[in-house]
Amino acid sequence: MTDVLAIAEHRRGELRDVSFELITAGRELASEVGGDLHLGVISGDVDAFADDLNRDGVDAIHTVDDGEEFNHDVYAQAIPQLFEEAGADILVTPNSVNGLDYAPAVADDLDLPLVTDSVALDGGDVTEVTREQYGGKVETTYDVDSESFAVTVRPAEWPQAEGDGDAEVTAVDVDIDEDAIRSEVTGFEEVGGGDVDISEADVLVSIGRGIEEEENLVLVEELADALGATLSSSRPIVDNGWLPKNRQVGQSGKVVTPDVYIAIGISGAVQHVAGMKGADTIVAINTDPSAPIYDLADYGIVDDLFDIVPELIEEFGGEAPNL
Amino acid sequence: MKILVTVKEVAEVEDEFEISGLDIDESYLEYDLNEWDDYAVEEAVQYSEENDDVEVVTVTIGPERSEETIRMALAKGADRAIRVWDDSLEGVDFLSTEATSEMLAAVAEEEDPDIVFSGVQSDDDANGATGVMLANKLDMEWAAVVNTLDLDLDEGVAGVHRELEGGIEELTDVRTPAVLTIQSGINEPRYASLRGIRQAQQKPLDVQSLDDLGLDTGSLDSPLERTSMYEPESEGDATIWEGSPEDTAGELADFLRDKGVVEG
Ligand SMILES: Cc1cc2nc3c(=O)[nH]c(=O)nc-3n(C[C@H](O)[C@H](O)[C@H](O)COP(=O)(O)OP(=O)(O)OC[C@H]3O[C@@H](n4cnc5c(N)ncnc54)[C@H](O)[C@@H]3O)c2cc1C
Repeated sequence: MTDVLAIAEHRRGELRDVSFELITAGRELASEVGGDLHLGVISGDVDAFADDLNRDGVDAIHTVDDGEEFNHDVYAQAIPQLFEEAGADILVTPNSVNGLDYAPAVADDLDLPLVTDSVALDGGDVTEVTREQYGGKVETTYDVDSESFAVTVRPAEWPQAEGDGDAEVTAVDVDIDEDAIRSEVTGFEEVGGGDVDISEADVLVSIGRGIEEEENLVLVEELADALGATLSSSRPIVDNGWLPKNRQVGQSGKVVTPDVYIAIGISGAVQHVAGMKGADTIVAINTDPSAPIYDLADYGIVDDLFDIVPELIEEFGGEAPNL
Repeated sequence: MKILVTVKEVAEVEDEFEISGLDIDESYLEYDLNEWDDYAVEEAVQYSEENDDVEVVTVTIGPERSEETIRMALAKGADRAIRVWDDSLEGVDFLSTEATSEMLAAVAEEEDPDIVFSGVQSDDDANGATGVMLANKLDMEWAAVVNTLDLDLDEGVAGVHRELEGGIEELTDVRTPAVLTIQSGINEPRYASLRGIRQAQQKPLDVQSLDDLGLDTGSLDSPLERTSMYEPESEGDATIWEGSPEDTAGELADFLRDKGVVEG
């Protein structure tokens, strides 16, 4: 039997959605390779988490009661022991910031080939993993010619598992070497506050690296004004310090769900899309017809923003600034 | 004190491109220093400017072509560079994270740095795993996705913010030596000055083969094999407005008015 061990993720007392997606991905994979799906739950209120994770398709749940929050030194020690306890061959973790903070180390310790950020899995004697490359412009497939491997799965690609399960929950006593705990989480901080809340906006004019220079921002500011819309952006604009953090849409910024999202000069990287795919209508203005944003957009203009935006401003009775 | 920075020359794809075999055809690729590594280099150089006797060494894996990119890191203030390359790496489809971190680990063992900075991910492959695997191979501590760093190498601690999802940062104290994967936005990477570019030509750039590093090609073998690359079928069914900017902007304006989201 080829068994799968998937590792749940939680933060500040809550299981994260990706944990339930892992159950779906892990169940499919386990069935394809002909094995059981085990779940590992480490730290926090493990009993409550296990209860919640006990969904249809899970064969066994192993809990490790050690500490409250994620600490990669605990995870890196506990997972190999769970892997052995479960008799697992395949390790599945979220491709989240924390998943990527332990999966490479665990894969290395267990000598498992690692494929990160998979968007599709096709299990078999040789498992095929699909992932994206070059900023989502192409997909690639990899054959994993090994019964045993580790894979991290992209959040929001698999549906969440539902339905009650009847997995047996076992508390596992793992050996944690305190000397090998070389980092200490001292707290959390919320960033991106302030007077503007882009997640409340009905219409967002959102600008990306296509704007090129800080001086050019007046163009989209003017457009937002003319439309009575709110201005938001992709990450590089905030990284450059051109707009404050509270304007950033995406995985590490805000999740927005406006009626209309106008993405201007934004390629549509996965971490950006994580923040805006729930918008009712998405409009893209981008010179590159193969930009991934067009996979998502309802409407598009494949043209230069420096030609389109001034026209739009004038359509709404504004005056396009001279750049 | 010594800071080792892992850097990669990444391929950027032109708007229109073709795939030949298992990769994008060379003629549609342009090369540049990986965005995240640019921030990592800057973080190291700033520390070396603020503290006495800190050497910044960069290490890359890449063919001769990548020297141009590596020189950019030298021009921005790194002191010397190491480039790992080998005939046996010529023409391989891709390097697994295991292989990459194995080579970087061999260099790091040689260099014995006090801290290692790498980028969170590379722009082209986006594995996002090299730094953490490297740390494990070196038996160093690590932290992934660091967007604020308060480093005290004398004390042996790095106070970091790890940028999690949803605007939450985790505050963590990390014991050094460690590998930190550096997130974009942590600093403001400088442009190389003309003087810097001139000086970079004089700085040491050492080329190391697998043999030099005590590795054999077998140690880089991976059970992973890339089997295809293709343009994903567009899942969307976007309506693309066509015509002059005046026409297309007009279409969008009409749409917005019809939708009733704007007045006027
Ligand atoms: C851990 C992590 C977290 C991240 N979190 C986020 C996040 O929260 N939000 C986020 O946005 N990103 C995030 N990123 C970064 C993300 O991977 C991308 O790098 C980023 O989204 C790219 O921004 P962009 O689309 O503006 O730039 P690019 O990808 O450079 O795209 C610019 C686009 O502009 C187009 N363009 C250029 N000139 C013109 C013109 N004149 N007219 C029209 N179009 C033009 C180009 O064709 C291109 O498609 C994160 C990355 C990591 C690793």
